[in-house]
Amino acid sequence: MLKDITLGQYFPGDTPVHRLDPRTKLLLTVFYIIALFTVGSWGGYALCIAALGAVMTVSHIRPGALLRGLKPLVFIIVFTAALNLFFTTGDDYLFRWRSIKISYAGLERAAAMVLRILLLVSGTFLLTYTTSPLAITDGLERLLSPLKKLHVPVYELSLMMCIALRFIPLLIEETDRIMSAQKARGADLETGTLPERARALMPLLIPLFVSSFRRADELALAMECRCYNGGEGRTRMKQLHMAGRDAVAFCLGGALMAGILLLRRLGI
Amino acid sequence: MKNIEVRGLTHVYSRGTPFEKTAIDSLDLAIQAGMTVGLIGHTGSGKSTLISHLNALLKPTAGTVLLDGEDIFASKAAIRAARFRVGVVFQYPEYQLFEETVFADIAYGPKNLKLDKSEIDRRVRQAAAFVGLDEGYFDRSPLELSGGQKRRTAIAGVLAMEPELLVLDEPTAGLDPAGRADLLEKLFAWKRARNATVLLVTHDMTIAGLCDRLVVMEAGRIVLDGTPAEVFAQSGKLLSIGLDLPPAAHIARLLREKGLDVPAGIYTEDQLYEAVLALWQGKGGVPC
Repeated sequence: MLKDITLGQYFPGDTPVHRLDPRTKLLLTVFYIIALFTVGSWGGYALCIAALGAVMTVSHIRPGALLRGLKPLVFIIVFTAALNLFFTTGDDYLFRWRSIKISYAGLERAAAMVLRILLLVSGTFLLTYTTSPLAITDGLERLLSPLKKLHVPVYELSLMMCIALRFIPLLIEETDRIMSAQKARGADLETGTLPERARALMPLLIPLFVSSFRRADELALAMECRCYNGGEGRTRMKQLHMAGRDAVAFCLGGALMAGILLLRRLGI
Repeated sequence: MKNIEVRGLTHVYSRGTPFEKTAIDSLDLAIQAGMTVGLIGHTGSGKSTLISHLNALLKPTAGTVLLDGEDIFASKAAIRAARFRVGVVFQYPEYQLFEETVFADIAYGPKNLKLDKSEIDRRVRQAAAFVGLDEGYFDRSPLELSGGQKRRTAIAGVLAMEPELLVLDEPTAGLDPAGRADLLEKLFAWKRARNATVLLVTHDMTIAGLCDRLVVMEAGRIVLDGTPAEVFAQSGKLLSIGLDLPPAAHIARLLREKGLDVPAGIYTEDQLYEAVLALWQGKGGVPC
């Protein structure tokens, strides 16, 4: 069941989207998020949905995979929708009962907010689905490298991120394994009161901590054995290169932004 | 007669994603009570997936598992009952240790069984004795023990639940030869004392030779099934799917390839000795 977590999971593939430079994808994702927040009309949302759909089609990501990733966010989405639905004041009321009122403005705003969250999260999922974690950290490091002049430890930060990302699947696997072993000894992780369940987690957490420290030790040792000594003067095995398709991607991103601004102007 | 039966079991991982993989493909297997069955197959042949179904840790995509004729997935109660009747020792079980003392860790399973204190105490002592941990260890932290002692503690934790069927996934992996022989001897002694059924997953063909019956898996299916003599007689097939032979079977196979009259199905050193001796005497040699 832990294997069902798809948040940030990479789906290997060989599509034009997969082949884009990670820097391009990162910048375009940021661009896409800004675009989402400048959307001022339903037409703009339609355009964003169309853009998202186009990227999904090109990168062969199935809608099902996206929906599974959205599952953990159901609470936040429902909460946002309810907040906007019940606490937006307006002129015309759709529904009124004692102090509970739902205005047309509230309905529209709730729908827009939910749509915005869905589009926002889906967009960032597409980034992580089509870009391997290592490529993302590589791209981030390169994008942030101007900050080195301000003494921001960009290299160390990206190394930390890289290790953390690398360890997530390992930890999930390990958790699965320890969970199986404790369940085999009759551990009951699913029923009971809250304190009981918290206590039931101990047989899971302690071995997980122990093995995490062991792994960290082993990794540090392995790095020292290979004479690792920080970022200064290190060269890379994989050089990032911008190509023609990156230019095309930027143009399409620009077109999306222009389209949104135009629709906003026109009020469609 | 208590036994376990697997019927038409299929398990597909990550269904509907690019990672979709059929680990077990409509597999049938029945294990009679009191037998020691060895399960062999190379990495990725579906052994671990199969054993995770035997105590209902994984739900089958299709098919079912019957314990004494009853479906273990029938209800939550049935699943829980199966967890207690089928004890599973996973690979590298020492990573599951978590309690402050060895005693408490071994007692974790019996406690989940909701047994009373004196019964828990009896079972922990008995299980510890079976794996050869003396009482001096009871108050020590399991995390401070040596690798071999951790392994014993973890195995004792499962033995203390007194399962009818004990499944062990490579119990001797990573142990030195002396530790390996010692642990196996203790496990077989436990099996005889409790008259339990044992399913032993192993890569070690010498260990496989100690079983009453061998089941060979390849790509989620059973490809060979029989006594060790029957299975090792199919040496060509075993080698072709990337498995090894016991040393004696290897030598017998080489001798046969040289055209010598060595019977098929030899897998222990004693059998090999007899066969070679017979050859020697047949050629007019004198036994030394």
